[in-house]
Amino acid sequence: MSKLFSRDSWAEIIEALSSNWFRTVLTAFGVLWGIFILVILLAAGNGLENGIKQGFSGMATNSMFMWSQTASQPYKGLPKGRRYNFKTDDVPAIKQSVQGLRFVSPRNQLGGFRGSNNVVRGLQTGAFNVYGDYPEIIQQQPMDITSGRFINYSDINEKRKIAIIGSGVQSALYGPKEEVIGSYIKINGVNFMVVGTYKKKGNNGDPEEMQKEIYVPFTAFSQAFNMGDIVGWMAITAQDDYSITELKSQIFDVIKTRHTINPNDDRAVGNFDLYEEYSKINGLFTALNFVAYFVGILVLLSGIIGISNIMLIVVKERTKEIGIRRALGATPWGIRAQILLESIFLTIVSGMAGIILATAVLWLVNYQLSTMDTSEMMFINPSVNIGVVFIALTILIVSGLLAGLIPAQNAIKIKPVEALRTE
Amino acid sequence: MGKNSLHVLKGINFSVSEGEMVSIMGSSGSGKSTLLNILGILDEADEGTYTLDGTLIKDLNEKVAARYRNKFLGFIFQSFNLINYKSALDNVAMPLYYQGVKRNIRTEKAMHYLEKVGLADWASHLPSELSGGQKQRVAIARALASDPKVLLADEPTGALDSKTSYEVMELIQGINDEGKTILIVTHEDDIAHMTKRIVNLKDGIIIDDSKVNQVRAKTEAYV
Repeated sequence: MSKLFSRDSWAEIIEALSSNWFRTVLTAFGVLWGIFILVILLAAGNGLENGIKQGFSGMATNSMFMWSQTASQPYKGLPKGRRYNFKTDDVPAIKQSVQGLRFVSPRNQLGGFRGSNNVVRGLQTGAFNVYGDYPEIIQQQPMDITSGRFINYSDINEKRKIAIIGSGVQSALYGPKEEVIGSYIKINGVNFMVVGTYKKKGNNGDPEEMQKEIYVPFTAFSQAFNMGDIVGWMAITAQDDYSITELKSQIFDVIKTRHTINPNDDRAVGNFDLYEEYSKINGLFTALNFVAYFVGILVLLSGIIGISNIMLIVVKERTKEIGIRRALGATPWGIRAQILLESIFLTIVSGMAGIILATAVLWLVNYQLSTMDTSEMMFINPSVNIGVVFIALTILIVSGLLAGLIPAQNAIKIKPVEALRTE
Repeated sequence: MGKNSLHVLKGINFSVSEGEMVSIMGSSGSGKSTLLNILGILDEADEGTYTLDGTLIKDLNEKVAARYRNKFLGFIFQSFNLINYKSALDNVAMPLYYQGVKRNIRTEKAMHYLEKVGLADWASHLPSELSGGQKQRVAIARALASDPKVLLADEPTGALDSKTSYEVMELIQGINDEGKTILIVTHEDDIAHMTKRIVNLKDGIIIDDSKVNQVRAKTEAYV
């Protein structure tokens, strides 16, 4: 080990490698290219992952949405094809009987795709989605409150007729400099006071349409639009230690019991499991990462074979020199250590150059991306974390060792007397 | 080695005492280089014993052999065998490097031996920038650097013209005068007569072993 830190052995290595610059650089290029490809591939995968996951940004991914359909089987004297609705009482019932749920938000909705004009303000009208919601919904489907506030529990308890409108609604109903907060809009003939504005991020769904929504308190919505105790659908989020995919059958059971539905009727409750979708995407990126490692390491391997090859030639070329060194008192281990160190040194230096080059390219790409609006892009912040760099370095050191092993073994097989005879 | 094994030496029995200067002569194929390789622990005899400075040299592992070579022996080759990407000074310092001598002491010692062979001014030159005689003198300085017991020279003047040969021989004689034991393999008669004892080999056996009157290698350059 002392050899590793002695200035002399490093001087020897530098001397040996610099005695044929052109060849050393060409050899190093193989490894440089391999590690460059590895880092770039991993970073590109990461960038794509960041871009896709931005769509879920802040969204509670451990969630599902649940709505009522028609009973597909007759049960307890009730016919099949029967319609039913979730009731407000279902919400506390679910919370009580299923452990591990974080939020259970009942929702109601007015309007919808290509709905007729339902919102009026002065002379302006527009068709917007109107949701009746609980305050928790902002933690399940995040939005930026750009001014004013969101719904709170006082609004729920007092059934206040207030509304939070999206920037799309604002631009349709208001002039550019008009004060929004405190003004009134008429939704299906009922006046609501605007108390806040929002803007949504993310790229799943129609970004234009997402800004054209109006949120009002659930209780006020029910009263104003004669919903009674009907709940349109629910957004349910599980706690972090639980998976919603595992909990959802329990939730369905509660609903089925309360609404007299056959326990085997799988079609009575419709649902969209966000967590399952998210897991699928996660799996995709795991596969992508694997491909990046696979390809990168194979390219790196060919570079390493190049180094090994050159070291074999170097040993052959320096047969005589090795013989002289042996005659002057070099031990076999000394010779082996030198060849190994040369190979590791060459691998690490060229690998570091590859990492630096890849970093430079990534920096350039990031710089370019930073000048654009990335909120709706599929590709953001391509990067690798420091752990990956350490993995790459470990691969380099190990492969440098492997690359040097055969040549070093060859070098000490040479008997000094044979080496000196080559004249 | 291998299939084409050849019985080269067929019973050699001789000893060299400290301070002697011996030349080993013989036509090519007589086994003189093989003898020198055995003496230099570069090769091992199949039979018989070899004692160097009271140490029996037999069945050494490479590590020990390397240490003995470094401690006891200095080599001078016909083709100089300098490492061509190292300066004269670094070449001379090589044996000291393998002894684990510290860098500054090493440089100092190597410089001392370069001065001894008259090449102090050429310390930073590469072997390719030196003449044949100068290269051989660097090689001699290198052989001396580890202060060995015995100097082994394999045709030291084989690649040199006679004037340079004499210069080199004068240097070697000077080293012998200081008390170093020296063995020289040569096939040149005049070089052999510059030593104090000539061993004649033929077909692997000693046919003649006699002391001679040493001829001093005074050259015109030094007159």
